[in-house]
Amino acid sequence: MEFKPRIIAFLCKWCSYTGADLAGTSRMEYKANVRALRVMCSGRIEPTFILRAFNNGADGVLVCGCHPGDCHYQEGNYRCLRRFLLLQEYIKQMGIESERLKLEWISASEGKQFADLVNSFTETITELGPCVIKETMQVLT
Amino acid sequence: MEEEKPKLKLAVYWAAACGGCCVSVLDVHEKLFDVVAAADLVFWPIALDIKYDDVEKMPDGHIDVTLFNGAIRNSENEHMARLLRKKSKVLVAYGSCAHLGGIPGLANFSNRDEIFSRVYIESESTVNPGKVKPVPKLEVPEGELDIPEFFNDVRSLNQVVDVDYLMPGCPPQTERLLEVFTAIVSGLELPPKGSVIGAEVRAQCDECNRIKTENKKIRKFYRPWEIEDDGVTCFMEQGVLCMGPATRAGCGHRCIKGNAPCRGCYGPPPDVTDPGTKMMSTIASIIDEKEPEEISRVIADIVDPAGSFYRFSLPSSIIRRKLL
Repeated sequence: MEFKPRIIAFLCKWCSYTGADLAGTSRMEYKANVRALRVMCSGRIEPTFILRAFNNGADGVLVCGCHPGDCHYQEGNYRCLRRFLLLQEYIKQMGIESERLKLEWISASEGKQFADLVNSFTETITELGPCVIKETMQVLT
Repeated sequence: MEEEKPKLKLAVYWAAACGGCCVSVLDVHEKLFDVVAAADLVFWPIALDIKYDDVEKMPDGHIDVTLFNGAIRNSENEHMARLLRKKSKVLVAYGSCAHLGGIPGLANFSNRDEIFSRVYIESESTVNPGKVKPVPKLEVPEGELDIPEFFNDVRSLNQVVDVDYLMPGCPPQTERLLEVFTAIVSGLELPPKGSVIGAEVRAQCDECNRIKTENKKIRKFYRPWEIEDDGVTCFMEQGVLCMGPATRAGCGHRCIKGNAPCRGCYGPPPDVTDPGTKMMSTIASIIDEKEPEEISRVIADIVDPAGSFYRFSLPSSIIRRKLL
């Protein structure tokens, strides 16, 4: 069977979700593998959310927020960036490919960039293949 | 003749543990006389010569309270966990290893094959020309020999059997044990099943005596030996990684009083499922850099992030083992 990656995208309400919305209202086509979750700010995305997503069967997790300096709450996206970089170190230690977790800045006007990002990220995850976290965590040996 | 109240039957068992938890029970010192006045110790391998067979012969529910310390590393640990569950009215996961997996749980960064290769073949002090590794069963001319099977995963006690209470700590503070013991003996109403007992509901930082300000900005992390601790300022503000923000209070912060940062043995506070992710959030909030390269430079100061954040809790965390 063909592998269809399951990707969870956490999008901040003010920029990235609006950007994704723009891609939709502009009738841009992009891969349907991404399930978008709207959060108030990229700074709201706790590492727990991301690990839970993997643990529940996500093959990749995409995190998008406002460009640096543009955060609606001033600093949220910097917190997100620092969490992301720390999480990258952690997931590498846990044997998880760092490519499975991606952070990008998408502004409200970047519908095209969002569509391209989803396509390229889906491609990356398809090449990596299914993520084995869920099944590994379920079986105790 | 005065009628005596039946004495409480108490058991203490160690699974994959260092023995420190059993010693913490001995640390009641002269209060041990009060303990034995109120309870009969019916099984306690560190102190009493009572065999597994004797436990198997006990009727189900014979033991009132079992303090089970240690993680589940092999089939013997699992067998004893199931046996003591059956024989005990109240089973307490006693100490970090039984509670969350503890230090033995760090073996989940590896697996059985890697551990066996390291221990029986590669280690510098090993002489093993036949490359013999342990097997659970072996036929020899005299008959069959068996040893417990070594599992791939380390588990906490409640990942194996139903646990009534969890008592954190590495080891649990003896004062907390006495409080719990007194509560049981005096017949006080016990908390609901599954509760963490012998600990507070707040985080370490709420009770820590060190001076904390709003000025939490870190541009460099230090390991404790790299910095001269002033003895009064919050460790995090000095740039020393301290698990206090993601750790339950109740230990009396002995480590911090001894000028060592918290390592997180009391596990996460209520409502926090995963201490490591909480710690990552905390640290990300106080790193005072905005450029990715600079942030990475600060993060690189943290040696072994996964091992530091999940030192006592890896088997109970969201990603409970390394993918191999």
